[in-house]
Amino acid sequence: MHFSLSDCILDLVQNSLEADADEVQLLLEETDDSLIVRIEDDGCGMTEVELKKATDPFYSDGKKHVHRKVGLGLPFLIQTVSTTDGSFNIRSEKGKGTRVDINFNLKSIDTPPVGDLISLIYQVMSFHGSFNLIVNRSYTKDDRSESYTVNRNELQEILGELNSVSSLSLLKDFITSQEEELKTSWSSTS
Amino acid sequence: MSKMTLEDLRKLRETKKQEAAQRDSDGKDSLIIVGMGTCGIAAGAKDVLDVMLDELKKAGNDNVIIRQAGCMGLCHVEPTIEVRTPGMPDTIYGKVDAKVAKDIVNIHIIDRKLVNEHVYDKPAADIIK
Repeated sequence: MHFSLSDCILDLVQNSLEADADEVQLLLEETDDSLIVRIEDDGCGMTEVELKKATDPFYSDGKKHVHRKVGLGLPFLIQTVSTTDGSFNIRSEKGKGTRVDINFNLKSIDTPPVGDLISLIYQVMSFHGSFNLIVNRSYTKDDRSESYTVNRNELQEILGELNSVSSLSLLKDFITSQEEELKTSWSSTS
Repeated sequence: MSKMTLEDLRKLRETKKQEAAQRDSDGKDSLIIVGMGTCGIAAGAKDVLDVMLDELKKAGNDNVIIRQAGCMGLCHVEPTIEVRTPGMPDTIYGKVDAKVAKDIVNIHIIDRKLVNEHVYDKPAADIIK
């Protein structure tokens, strides 16, 4: 199992990019009780048989590492949700894309900590390659909801390639300010 | 910090660009590749990247490029990072935690010496494009 939920999500977004997705949507909806995550891509997708194999920890397609016999990305997710009363659903269509819906149960004592969402968001944004990634992040408490959206293409247009220390630092500051606003807007108005 | 708009970000970027142009940045163009496979992430690569970014920013090395790669085939010594610094041999460091990450920035990239205890390999040409 990954140390934090952020680690788990980072791993899954990378799957989408390795499936040659042009656009990935990442939804992060947090409440006191749960973290709902949706990762939707328009990558190469999987057939029903491939999808079944992908959830088996002792299967890897062998393309990246010829002699490797394990593939742990999805199995780590399944292990996490199945031991903590969470849920997940994965749908995929060959040639169309894949969508993963996850509900992490934050009330279970066995659920790993959410982890650092700021570094999760700036790091998925800065994966190498030409793709767009849209992150929709929201936080809901007492029937009130705050949210923000970041779009990789927009940020790249402003910051240039998201790989130098200068652009990554600015990106991190930007995400930090969005995150702080999300959580502090509660204390300032109440 | 108040919430930044995209316009604020654009202005900040321009200011930083001008500052960087005035600074002498010759020979600071290193490339760092962080192994972000399932194995790397499980061992803490996400935090290592975060620490490296903060440390490089603190040291004013704005031109260093940080890239994320998949597994480099050294799962047993994750987190791994490859460092390519002009005038230094390309090096793969393993078992990198926050302290080692800082050492790599200050000793390898700035002082141009190897962090000997954590050198694990030189890169395999077929793994990294």
